[in-house]
Amino acid sequence: MSEAPSYLSPTGHEIVFLLLGVVVVGTGLLVVTTRQVVHAALWLVVCLGALAGCYLVLTAEFVAWVQVLIYVGAVVVLLLFGIMLTRAPIGRSPDLDSRNRPVAAVVALATAAVLVTVVVDGFRHAYVDLSPGKGTAEEVGVAVFRYWVLPFEALSVLLLAALVGAIVISRTDIRGR
Amino acid sequence: MHIVYPVVVSALLFSIGVYGVLARRNTILVLMSVELMLNAVNLNLIAFDVWLGDRLHGGQVLTLFVIVIAAAELGLGLAIVLAVFRNRRTVDLDSLRDLAEPGPDCDAAGPDRGVAGPAPAPGPRRGTGQEGAAT
Repeated sequence: MSEAPSYLSPTGHEIVFLLLGVVVVGTGLLVVTTRQVVHAALWLVVCLGALAGCYLVLTAEFVAWVQVLIYVGAVVVLLLFGIMLTRAPIGRSPDLDSRNRPVAAVVALATAAVLVTVVVDGFRHAYVDLSPGKGTAEEVGVAVFRYWVLPFEALSVLLLAALVGAIVISRTDIRGR
Repeated sequence: MHIVYPVVVSALLFSIGVYGVLARRNTILVLMSVELMLNAVNLNLIAFDVWLGDRLHGGQVLTLFVIVIAAAELGLGLAIVLAVFRNRRTVDLDSLRDLAEPGPDCDAAGPDRGVAGPAPAPGPRRGTGQEGAAT
């Protein structure tokens, strides 16, 4: 890590990342403030897709495609199914926000202020030269299956347990003894 | 790339998720906000993995693990939400108050709850009655 360049002359990477970051934060705000439930799920697609773009800029290709596959592909579809099955109102609904919305805004602003202050103070001089090839499927696969095998297997058992649990909870014809 | 940029984006995204969890009433919207918070953590992990040049790729592998755990959490969460909806016909967090402190403790806990739940009757309560009391 050499001397960090100035913030006033951003590289192409940084410009692209900042644009994607603006998209991420803007659509994230829309997710939590929109008045229509389905629109929140669709804005979530844009937010997570832009986040995948951020991962790509940060040279983490494999994670970016996994993000697109699992989050944009599966999680949002799952959320839309949940919205459909709970018969959420499709049009504009005025009661999506609870009464403690001002308190929530204050807490969120305080969180943002503290976090941004701390990380800007702490990582002001941190700089990395991005070079491709750090996050390809080959690199990540080697890392997973050479150094992270045990957590990986434990995670597969956890996923299976969660799947069985979800089925048991959502089926009505299974009765406890 | 300055590490400050991804870290600040991640901090802002996390705060947005905090706001969503606290301010939303619909349970599915709360789950979406939880996803936003998890994704903020993922962005942090990726940024620090790239910055530190970890030989084990701890950041990226942990990001994959977090994505898997988020999927499992969402599956279970939606199953619970559907079970609640089947029993109560509502997913409004404000009207699911069976575990709230009954009686005059509501007033001590804050003016918000005092308005919402003056009835001290324990046991299953319907959401519609709560709505009527709130308005």
